[in-house]
Amino acid sequence: MPRTSRYARDVAVVAFAQSDHLRRTDELSEVEMVMPVLHEVLAATGLKAGEIGFTCSGSSDYLAGRAFSFTMTLDGVGAWPPISESHVEMDGAWALYEAWVKIQTGEADTALVYSYGKSSPGSVRDVLTRQLDPYYLAPLWPDSVALAALQARALIDAGETDEAALGAIAARSRAAAEDNPHAQLRGDVPRGEYQVAPLRTGDCPPIGDGVAAVVLAAGDTARRLCGRPAWITGIDHRIEAHGLGLRDLTDSPSTRLAAERAGLFEAPVDTAELHAPFSSQEVVLRKALGLAEGDAVAVNPSGGALAANPVMAAGLIRIGEAAARIHRGASDRAVAHATSGPCLQQNLVAVLEGDPA
Amino acid sequence: MSTFGKEPVAVVGVGQTKHVAARHDVSLAGLVREAAARALADAELTWADVDAVVIGKAPDFFEGVMMPELYLADALGAVGKPMLRVHTAGSVGGSTALVAANLVAARVHRTVLTLAFEKQSESNAMWGLSLPVPFQQPLLAGAGGFFAPHVRAYMRRTGAPDAVGSLVAYKDRRNALKNPYAHLHEHDITLEKVQASPMLWDPIRYSETCPSSDGACAMVLTDRAGAARSPKPPAWVHGGAMRSEPTLFAGKDFVSPQAGKDCAADVYRQAGITDPRREIDAVEMYVPFSWYEPMWLENLGFAQEGEGWKLTESGVTELDGDLPVNPSGGVLSTNPIGASGMIRFAEAALQVRGLAGEHQVPGARRALGHAYGGGAQFFAMWLVGAEPPAS
Repeated sequence: MPRTSRYARDVAVVAFAQSDHLRRTDELSEVEMVMPVLHEVLAATGLKAGEIGFTCSGSSDYLAGRAFSFTMTLDGVGAWPPISESHVEMDGAWALYEAWVKIQTGEADTALVYSYGKSSPGSVRDVLTRQLDPYYLAPLWPDSVALAALQARALIDAGETDEAALGAIAARSRAAAEDNPHAQLRGDVPRGEYQVAPLRTGDCPPIGDGVAAVVLAAGDTARRLCGRPAWITGIDHRIEAHGLGLRDLTDSPSTRLAAERAGLFEAPVDTAELHAPFSSQEVVLRKALGLAEGDAVAVNPSGGALAANPVMAAGLIRIGEAAARIHRGASDRAVAHATSGPCLQQNLVAVLEGDPA
Repeated sequence: MSTFGKEPVAVVGVGQTKHVAARHDVSLAGLVREAAARALADAELTWADVDAVVIGKAPDFFEGVMMPELYLADALGAVGKPMLRVHTAGSVGGSTALVAANLVAARVHRTVLTLAFEKQSESNAMWGLSLPVPFQQPLLAGAGGFFAPHVRAYMRRTGAPDAVGSLVAYKDRRNALKNPYAHLHEHDITLEKVQASPMLWDPIRYSETCPSSDGACAMVLTDRAGAARSPKPPAWVHGGAMRSEPTLFAGKDFVSPQAGKDCAADVYRQAGITDPRREIDAVEMYVPFSWYEPMWLENLGFAQEGEGWKLTESGVTELDGDLPVNPSGGVLSTNPIGASGMIRFAEAALQVRGLAGEHQVPGARRALGHAYGGGAQFFAMWLVGAEPPAS
């Protein structure tokens, strides 16, 4: 039995699927991107869409370039007869959180969670500036790389890292991605020129399109659907102040608090899937989560967001990748992390555990 | 698995801004904080009492801020707390309240602040809703262009007299005169003026259409222990549900969508309602175009199919009728799109708390809050009561 005394019900990730993450998918609509992944994740459980208790998705109209973009991808689910369904304008990790809460109420035993992002039609660097304070910050168009570079510079100035260490994080991530058939960047990726100093091209995530989907199930249903369910023994998320000047960019107190609330520090983990789109952000997250360099913990064995970063799905993929390792017996206790907002403003931490073999 | 069941959820605080065409005097942050502070004041709680914040709004393009909850975290006292952002099209205000209620029902949090808003003056919502090719086929301009044919289908199907729509608008605009937060206060409204207003999307006239509003609505939801400490009467959630169906498909009934019927049936089952017409005392339903009142009366089970317009025509849905619909003035009088669903939910709560003021339905014990969105495909509803739920 898993160590879940924290919540009313034991809930597990029982299946995970993702698309190949690609620089462009001009020939595919979002529905066409989503459908095969939904079919794959449902097939892994043997469930049909109509047998799922609750469905929740995460996506952004600003990536799609149109209002109500998620109403069209609902067609990919096959919501007929009508289904119990919701949507968050957030990374899919938070859609998973909403679905997990729904299962905790007892109103559903299973949930389908999916998210997708198609960054290729626009300039995602510029698009993300639109999520900044619209009065004082957004008019300056500080892009996501520039803001991450501010954070990286603060880390270097504080003696927490240096450019060589950042390069090593990027190299380790892309080397790990050699084993990930869905990754967009893998193998020997040159560090490249400065995008915004001190961040080089290699320190930045690839821009691309992708989809992820997860099935959650409670208790005995989870055991029936999956040989080794990845029990969510803790999950919590916290947000910080928006103004970068109000924050210590070298730390992530919201990640640390979420991890505490999720029970991360009660026992060691063997795997960490961290949503760190920039190499420097892994340094911040390791500190917040107490994952020292050289530990036995496998950090981002999938390659992480430096190998594939479909915006709005990359956080859910971290949970899915951690769960998949538990499913196949490669991990017994894993931490998965998702982030949103500039410089890790909002963070979610999930602790996943497998039953003893 | 727990054998304890769900934690009962109570509404102990409601706050709204005065809804107007343009709140040039406040930022987005100022707008939402005003409603949130009023909800906390109503509950006699402080920001520190809030465990989590759940915010909802319609498309981000309406204000031009992507995922504005990131920027609004400070204004809503969410720093260091969990914050969720829901978006389920026009039903979002209702869905947001339900997501917040589930956090309490699941015993994940004890006290949750939920809020929905729209500041429509920041952009032009009609064109924001008119999707360009190649995303989908042209559907005429704005939401009215989408819904007018379905209203016409209802009229053909039921033989409802042409004047029914104007009766709804005339009622809701008069009800709004009793609601200090309503956007439209048309003191000189007459039925003749409604019927003489310009035709916008045949058969929907200008005065049968919702306005564009700036506004926010907030609620404080809490558990049984929180409700016991509440200085004012709480409203108890007896049932809540969401249902969705695709936008367009062969066989879809746009006049009375199956998702709406299923959603209502689920809520009534949870609340133990077998005869909604007799057992529910007030309804706040999402009526952005006048004719949706008779259409939803049928969809929600208050009237037999084809009979909804007769309730409207005979005055049953008037404030002093036996099934008052939209005593607040409804969406026809106030429409900050993302907040409109939450206003329905909050007004239903005010009715059973006995705090609705001049538009109070005397003795209301059970009230339904209803929201819908997208192409009549997303539904969110809750039923609130003056007494705690039985279980």
